[in-house]
Amino acid sequence: MIEIENIKKSFDGKAVLKGISGVFDKGKTNLIIGASGTGKSVLLKCIVGLIKPDSGTVFYDNRDFTHADRNLKTDIRREIGMLFQGGALFDSKNVEENVIFPLDVLTKMSLEEKLDRVNFCLKRVGLENVNKKMPSEISGGMKKRVGIARAIVNNSSYLFCDEPNSGLDPQTAITIDNLIKEITEEYDITTIVVTHDMNSVMEIGDYVMFIHQGAKLWEGSDHNITKSQVKELNDFVFANKMMRTVRNKETSGT
Amino acid sequence: MRSIGKYILFIGSLFVNRERFKTYVQLTLDECINIGINSLVLISIVATFIGAVSTIQTAYNLVSPLIPDYVISQVVRDLTVLELAPTITAIVFAGKVGSNIAGELGTMRITEQIDALEVMGINSVSYLVFPKILASLITYPMLVIIAGFLSIMGGYLAGVYTGIVTESDYVYGLKVDFIEFNVFFAMIKSFVFAFLVSSISSYKGFYTTGGAFEVGKASTIAVTNSCIAILLADYLLAQLLL
Repeated sequence: MIEIENIKKSFDGKAVLKGISGVFDKGKTNLIIGASGTGKSVLLKCIVGLIKPDSGTVFYDNRDFTHADRNLKTDIRREIGMLFQGGALFDSKNVEENVIFPLDVLTKMSLEEKLDRVNFCLKRVGLENVNKKMPSEISGGMKKRVGIARAIVNNSSYLFCDEPNSGLDPQTAITIDNLIKEITEEYDITTIVVTHDMNSVMEIGDYVMFIHQGAKLWEGSDHNITKSQVKELNDFVFANKMMRTVRNKETSGT
Repeated sequence: MRSIGKYILFIGSLFVNRERFKTYVQLTLDECINIGINSLVLISIVATFIGAVSTIQTAYNLVSPLIPDYVISQVVRDLTVLELAPTITAIVFAGKVGSNIAGELGTMRITEQIDALEVMGINSVSYLVFPKILASLITYPMLVIIAGFLSIMGGYLAGVYTGIVTESDYVYGLKVDFIEFNVFFAMIKSFVFAFLVSSISSYKGFYTTGGAFEVGKASTIAVTNSCIAILLADYLLAQLLL
């Protein structure tokens, strides 16, 4: 479980996060949604420690991460797996080397054990026979899968995904979303996904936090998001025609 | 001043929260190939030609019949050991290796590869930069020794085969009044320059923000700052040690 308390962050005097609190449960796919530029990615970076919040605290299973000493911070970080927007695969390493990397650096496993684990994770994300391919030789969707494999290879307890389906076709995007949800439930990990894709929200959103202009305006699940009375959330959710059609059908009872 | 402070903190973070020794061995060996061996051809060409040109230009300036011919190689030797091999090679090294380091780290930064390391709990400065600095400290002095040798050989070829100086005069000039400390001084310079080029370029690349344009800009600034630092350090070392 990850808990955030009153997270605030400003850049050059401009408040980007205005005191956000929330609880992200274990075994659930937690989504942070909002329009572009609302502070979703900044919040995610505050949670994983890439950006230091001006105030507020992040707890990983009741361990204070924000004010932790270097050793505890490193220990917690070694339980984190993260899928970045562009994959963030190491260009100079092939798929296998990318996935084995956390095991190489963070564990004392034998090469055989590491390769077994890598092959297992690659198979789990639906990738086989691509071990020796370079990141430049694989598609965007495959990069995301490799990113997920790398994120879970070290038996991570926390999985973070920053816009996991940006730049992907709808079908691949749904596959990636479902993969994230399956992995979350299968390994009982705490997953936080930052997205602005309503398809993801409706597909995998066990818990959804809506952020608007740096403030949390709504939280709930994918089931009640369409029934919200928050204007900003409705504007966001029903921005596309498909969602408006669903709403109209629901209201007309057909 | 703020930049210098940030640079010092950056250097300090090389030594905290390090990974296992074994991890650095492989990384340093890879960097030795990337930084040292891959610079060998360029530095060899530059050194050989600089030695040849120095010989011809020294001969051109020594017009008095009272000055013996062996002075030409004596001048080339001292020029090479004191300045050409360590300093000019450092400028070439900054252009090739400095821009490469800044470009590589800058690209890793903007594509979130450095963030990926940080999230895994790896000290990215130590993991990425320490092997580069160590590899530079190992290979650059070797490159300077090779550059010095080739520069003197270039001078020999240009001098002897064009008839400017005889072989025996050239060799005699290399030996006469030789000061061993100059070689030691050149080695001190090479360690200092290797550290400056690799650390400044790493620092510039590591803190790149933005996109491809900024990566290019960071590479240029890395080379410019490295060259300025080399020249300043060159002057300070000459003042202090000669």
